[in-house]
Amino acid sequence: MMTALRIFAFVGAVLTSIAFAQAPSQPLPPISPELEQRLKVLETELRCLVCQNQTLADSPAGLADDLRREIRGLALAGKTNAEIKDFLQTRYGDFILYRPPVKSSTWLLWVGPFALLLVGGVVFMLVVRRRGRGGDEGPGGGGSVPAPHDAERVRKLLDE
Amino acid sequence: MPQVWRYLLPLGIFAVLVYFLFKGLSLNPREVPSPLVDKPVPNFSLPKLHAPDQRLTAADLKGQVWLLNVWGSWCVSCRIEHPLLNEIAKNNIVPIYGLNWKDKREDAIAWLNKYGDPYVASIADLDGRVAIDFGVYGAPETFVIDKQGIIRMKHIGPISAESLQKDILPLIEKLKKS
Repeated sequence: MMTALRIFAFVGAVLTSIAFAQAPSQPLPPISPELEQRLKVLETELRCLVCQNQTLADSPAGLADDLRREIRGLALAGKTNAEIKDFLQTRYGDFILYRPPVKSSTWLLWVGPFALLLVGGVVFMLVVRRRGRGGDEGPGGGGSVPAPHDAERVRKLLDE
Repeated sequence: MPQVWRYLLPLGIFAVLVYFLFKGLSLNPREVPSPLVDKPVPNFSLPKLHAPDQRLTAADLKGQVWLLNVWGSWCVSCRIEHPLLNEIAKNNIVPIYGLNWKDKREDAIAWLNKYGDPYVASIADLDGRVAIDFGVYGAPETFVIDKQGIIRMKHIGPISAESLQKDILPLIEKLKKS
């Protein structure tokens, strides 16, 4: 029953995303090449909310055009990059930033991979050490002392 | 390490992984939580769709519970939820105001004539400027706004009969009483 519901929810989500519409767009007003360059860099750090895996700089969506125009307007009004990001963040949330801010709800995201690496490293060290001491048993278990029949084979090979 | 842990530990890690992956399956990445929930409605002043010489502002709507529904005649999924909006309007459950997003006036009016007009009034946001203040990123979207002009809920995508019954209507009833 649960599984059926979940599958239903998933199919529904997929259908919704297909049906999700884009608005028609208008051309952007012209600006100086320096500002253009600055905004280009800024836009690569912002996510397009329509096609979520693209930056605002690359997205062809109508909303991305609107946001680019808005960003230009803010930049022409003398706003800094930080102020522009803040403007978008208060409206669209952290999701619009490609680099999520470090805060209580995201520390796991930031620290998690390093913590996992550390755990993996510690486990690796323990295993290597243990094998080094020959503490592990069984075939393929390693250890510095070879099994008697292996020792026999080694000796034979060396004698040849 | 005791013998059992050699088996329990990987199993435990596996279980945690399965939990997160399974949870991920039931999340809809299209539904980006809005930072505007529990914040005041952004100020706007836009011409009405049917009477462009009159303007509607956020202040005009204070003192009542109301819905703001973002729609456009170009928006295919708006048609899916439209019968439900008509139903809400017919039964006088809550006043719905339309934010006609990046549309052409004549197209929008023709669309309402064809599918029915559940809106007390629609306001025309031709360049999408006000929609940005509302954090709109796709139509349809629906905001539930309380008497004090605070956004209490944002529904992304077409409203379903289920979400209407389970989430939206109970919230509206609660807000009306407060």
